Amino acid sequence: MTWFRKEKQPLVAQKRELAADVWEKCEGCGAALYVRKLEENDRVCPDCGHHFRISAREYLQLLFDDGFEEEFGESLRSADPLEFVDSKAYPERIEAAEARVGAHDAILAGAGHIDGRLVCGGIMEFGFIGGSMGSVVGEKIARLLDAAVERSAPALIVSASGGARMQEGIFSLMQLAKSATALHRLAAAGLPYISILTHPTTGGVTASFAMLGDVNLAEPGALVGFAGPRVIKETIRQDLPDAFQTAEFLEEHGMLDCIVARQDLKQTVSTLLAHMC
Amino acid sequence: MSDETRSGKAAGPEDSEPLSRYERVKLARHPDRPFTLDYIRILCSDWIELHGDRKFRDDPAIVGGWATLAGRSVMIIGHQKGRGMKENLLRNFGSPHPEGYRKAERLMQLAAKFGRPVVTLVDTQGAYPGIGAEERGQAEAIARNLQVMAGLPVPIVTVIIGEGGSGGALGIAVADRVLMLENAIYSVISPEGCAAILWRSRDRAEDAAEALKLTATDLAEFAVVDEVIREPNGGAHLDPDATALAVGSAVERHLDELVEFSGDELIERRREKFYAMGRWEDTASA
Repeated sequence: MTWFRKEKQPLVAQKRELAADVWEKCEGCGAALYVRKLEENDRVCPDCGHHFRISAREYLQLLFDDGFEEEFGESLRSADPLEFVDSKAYPERIEAAEARVGAHDAILAGAGHIDGRLVCGGIMEFGFIGGSMGSVVGEKIARLLDAAVERSAPALIVSASGGARMQEGIFSLMQLAKSATALHRLAAAGLPYISILTHPTTGGVTASFAMLGDVNLAEPGALVGFAGPRVIKETIRQDLPDAFQTAEFLEEHGMLDCIVARQDLKQTVSTLLAHMC
Repeated sequence: MSDETRSGKAAGPEDSEPLSRYERVKLARHPDRPFTLDYIRILCSDWIELHGDRKFRDDPAIVGGWATLAGRSVMIIGHQKGRGMKENLLRNFGSPHPEGYRKAERLMQLAAKFGRPVVTLVDTQGAYPGIGAEERGQAEAIARNLQVMAGLPVPIVTVIIGEGGSGGALGIAVADRVLMLENAIYSVISPEGCAAILWRSRDRAEDAAEALKLTATDLAEFAVVDEVIREPNGGAHLDPDATALAVGSAVERHLDELVEFSGDELIERRREKFYAMGRWEDTASA
């Protein structure tokens, strides 16, 4: 059937070229979306409400009046305490991720204003090794929470993470304890903490600061869980229920305060802070 | 590090080859190793087991209760594996559900209320990954324990007695002192799970165990563990009584030191301890 393949090949290539900068297919409803329209809509599908992934800097712009006025721990870089090598050495993975998304590791941390109110915030970057939490993420979270205590400001963390960073072994596990310890200090100071869970938030991040908000918010349709769906499926050898581990599933089971569409996030955070500050 | 700290020597006679990391993984999982209730039976008197999280049910994969250890009233909490298929089904092979962590949290608050120290024994392959566990908030239950332990105003001593499986272990291990048996392991992910993800084959678990550096000696070098407790020659399963006595005397020694501190001092020192756990480079100061 060589005549068939010959005809198809140039067509596919042509289609891809077009899609790259003008059209994007919605992962939710399959609609072809005009990229500029999608971006004007905070990368939420106008047809089905599917939330496309956005970067940490885009969340920063979305939530804060003028971004961060001050960054915390921006000069920190991951070390390689285990000298970890699998198919690639860990430092090579770090370098590749830095080249792709920037040198802020899997989180941006800083202080800025939300509707004129000082907030110490952290925004995770899923594009940096799956948003995994190693020593740098843990240290930046501790610094932003400590800064909130020093300034009597509320704290906010936007999560997007596959969990702990395996390549840092036990040190990555200890970041769960470290972040929870910092959160205890914030709570003891009577300061509010809002956690926003975005697609996807699983593993060690869910099992530490992401689930410890005074208020836990999530974007619609976000995957949120402790174990990943594949691990659960392999363990129990059954199919998983529909909508299992979505934000909607978690809200129904009492683990989230509310689900908030991206366009309403800033207003919701602002109103919540007015109630709690 | 105290004088009792030993580097990880071979579990066999002194002159034999040191064990590989994966051999220690196998020892840590040995079915005849003493489990939490064995330690309690050998070391404690006046044991009264307390059941249930007051919210959903009692999780037999975590046991806890009041006990007298070396003349001191303490709250002991630990993962509990089973012996044989019947007991293992009851104990879910030592993998807790959220209600296990919530029972542990309730018992820790009880200890704090009456000013008693908390001793936790860690031995789990991990918190259970299942539908019910997710529905009832496995992540939230573990996260809550981490924060509660960070603020608990009484001494906490943890001993990793077998498998220290990731968040499921840490959920009862944010302690003032973390001790570890010589052939126990403590890791962010099981060697098999790590191999499946990074090598795309569970058969590479030996390589993953080497890469993860999960033995007591490794963790003492990283200062994640405060003391390594020596096991009898051949491993804990060959002499549970001697193992338990070594664990008991180490715990007692650490509690003797910790009871001197006020609640606020304990919380502040615990914070400093966990804040120090992490390795990074600062390019600004380099």
